[in-house]
Amino acid sequence: MIDVKDVYFTYPNGVEALRGVSLQITDGEFVAIMGQNGAGKTTLVKHFNGLLKPTRGRVLVDDVDTRHVSVATLARKVGFVFQNPDHQLFSETVEDEISFALKNFGFDEKTIKERVNWALNILDLTRYRGTSPFMLSGGERKRVALASVLAWDPKILILDEPTIGQDRNQKERLRQFILQMNHQGKTVVIVTHDIEFVAECEPRVVLMANGKIVADGAARNVLTDPDLIAKSWLILPEITNVLLNLKDIGFPANVMDVYEARDLIIERIGWARK
Amino acid sequence: MAIIEARNLTYTYPYAESPAFKNVTLKIERGEFILLTGPSGCGKTTLCRCFNGLIPHFYGGKLEGEITVAGLRTTEHPIHEIAHHVGLVFQNPENQLFALTIEKDVAFGLENLGLPRDEMRRRVDWALKVTGIYDLKDRAPYEVSGGQQQRVAIASVLAMQPEVIVLDEPTSFLDPLSAKNILEVINRLNKELGITVVLVEHRLDLAAKYANRVIVMNDGQIILDGEPRKVFLENEAALIGVGIPKVIRLYMLLKRSGLNISGVPLSPEELSKSIMEALIFDRC
Ligand SMILES: Nc1ncnc2c1ncn2[C@@H]1O[C@H](COP(=O)(O)OP(=O)(O)OP(=O)(O)O)[C@@H](O)[C@H]1O
Ligand SMILES: Nc1ncnc2c1ncn2[C@@H]1O[C@H](COP(=O)(O)OP(=O)(O)OP(=O)(O)O)[C@@H](O)[C@H]1O
Ligand SMILES: [Mg+2]
Ligand SMILES: [Mg+2]
Repeated sequence: MIDVKDVYFTYPNGVEALRGVSLQITDGEFVAIMGQNGAGKTTLVKHFNGLLKPTRGRVLVDDVDTRHVSVATLARKVGFVFQNPDHQLFSETVEDEISFALKNFGFDEKTIKERVNWALNILDLTRYRGTSPFMLSGGERKRVALASVLAWDPKILILDEPTIGQDRNQKERLRQFILQMNHQGKTVVIVTHDIEFVAECEPRVVLMANGKIVADGAARNVLTDPDLIAKSWLILPEITNVLLNLKDIGFPANVMDVYEARDLIIERIGWARK
Repeated sequence: MAIIEARNLTYTYPYAESPAFKNVTLKIERGEFILLTGPSGCGKTTLCRCFNGLIPHFYGGKLEGEITVAGLRTTEHPIHEIAHHVGLVFQNPENQLFALTIEKDVAFGLENLGLPRDEMRRRVDWALKVTGIYDLKDRAPYEVSGGQQQRVAIASVLAMQPEVIVLDEPTSFLDPLSAKNILEVINRLNKELGITVVLVEHRLDLAAKYANRVIVMNDGQIILDGEPRKVFLENEAALIGVGIPKVIRLYMLLKRSGLNISGVPLSPEELSKSIMEALIFDRC
């Protein structure tokens, strides 16, 4: 469990990025953190693996205060994928990149090989095994960054903007993967601006603004609330918007899914014909 | 004459086994608003790098065929000269920022244009304001958030107001409302000043309504090219993983269920309106 207790954080230049954040994320949850640029999302999740320590307040990961353990120790449990993949890639080949942490954690040769193959496959990177990460496209680099963390199978996964540079098919693979992880009891926290991706995943959504949490609830409630959306510099999911415009003729205002919308509209037609 | 013209363009990165794209032939007219999309790794960024001369001047490798941009054969003119005509917003904003303050980063490109002092001042302030970073102008570009950095990268190209603006996934780090607002600004530059826009995106929902043309690449080739309302309906587009806007997907599902709705929608408003009409007239 991640337990954030009234956390404040100020950067060395004096910017107060977190101003009293409290949040609990239990094992096996899937949470999306969203909100305006500069709201403090990246700053907050960097506290979950000890990359940043609170200026005031406490962060507990499985009851351990992050101030009292090193990032290296926490890393085995909390995998972190950076917003910008270039902050984490350094190896000469994709394969080296993915096996690097596995070696550090002391996995044996055979397991390393298996894990690397598995991660390459999950992220559709097998053909780039021997390629330098710096000779890949933006989206491919992001997937290498994801692969290198997924490979060691951390109990808690923190993904800062995982869908950047990904096409629809890659996003769908990622979604399936996250749901599967969740199913196995892993905790997944994503930070994202990809509202349609969140609408498809339906996780718990935490909205941030100005260093504080301004909303916390099921995607279906949070993302379809026009006031919250405006307050957090988001926009309504496309489908919600379509039906909201038809609210006066009786359509519900909290639908995000294309198929659900289709069924409602078709049902309505049948009903009108009777 | 077309503002961008490529003929049988093939490019191979140094040490790469196969070309990143092959035999691309493409004509973009002055004042167009192009949406360039296609699966991750299909060659979008590589093509953009040809538009401003980074390929071949910076990346090296082997460029075959012909390309002219704003009347310049890019192979024969240095990057800084091409930069007067073409501005590129990089996919990774960090690779574009280097000055000590955000304001200096935004002003940098302008300094070489030889503009009068107050015109320069006006443009920098305007670019900082429309991208929402005016209050951050004295900060170092690495002391801000990811989205704020992306705004700096966008602002520094907007300030130049070049003939062609190429934006490589410019909204990937932006919160949705800011993305919408900034696309609105880019659309105004396109419609009011006639600036040619090439926008690379995976998420097409926000940008679809501004573009007059969508170009889809797959595996180093252009496979679809046409009006958004036509291209989005192509089976092939969905198949290879193009992020067809959800309003179009709902529209297609409704059609398939026998609902006779008019017009291919590019925004929620358009779809709501035609659903309303279909319900009223029940044209099934
Ligand atoms: N290294 C840094 N030094 C100083 N201030 C910073 C630094 N990184 C971020 N900030 C500031 O801290 C605040 C929170 O930034 P943070 O990166 O957490 O935002 P975010 O919610 O992740 O935004 P984005 O959606 O743009 O990624 C912002 O005001 C930002 O300008
Ligand atoms: N610097 C480089 N050196 C060698 N190969 C490269 C380099 N950059 C990209 N490539 C390769 O060229 C191909 C096209 O890459 P490009 O970056 O143009 O793709 P893209 O369409 O922009 O993808 P994305 O949507 O993921 O950004 C990919 O196969 C990629 O691996
Ligand atoms: Mg961030
Ligand atoms: Mg790219």
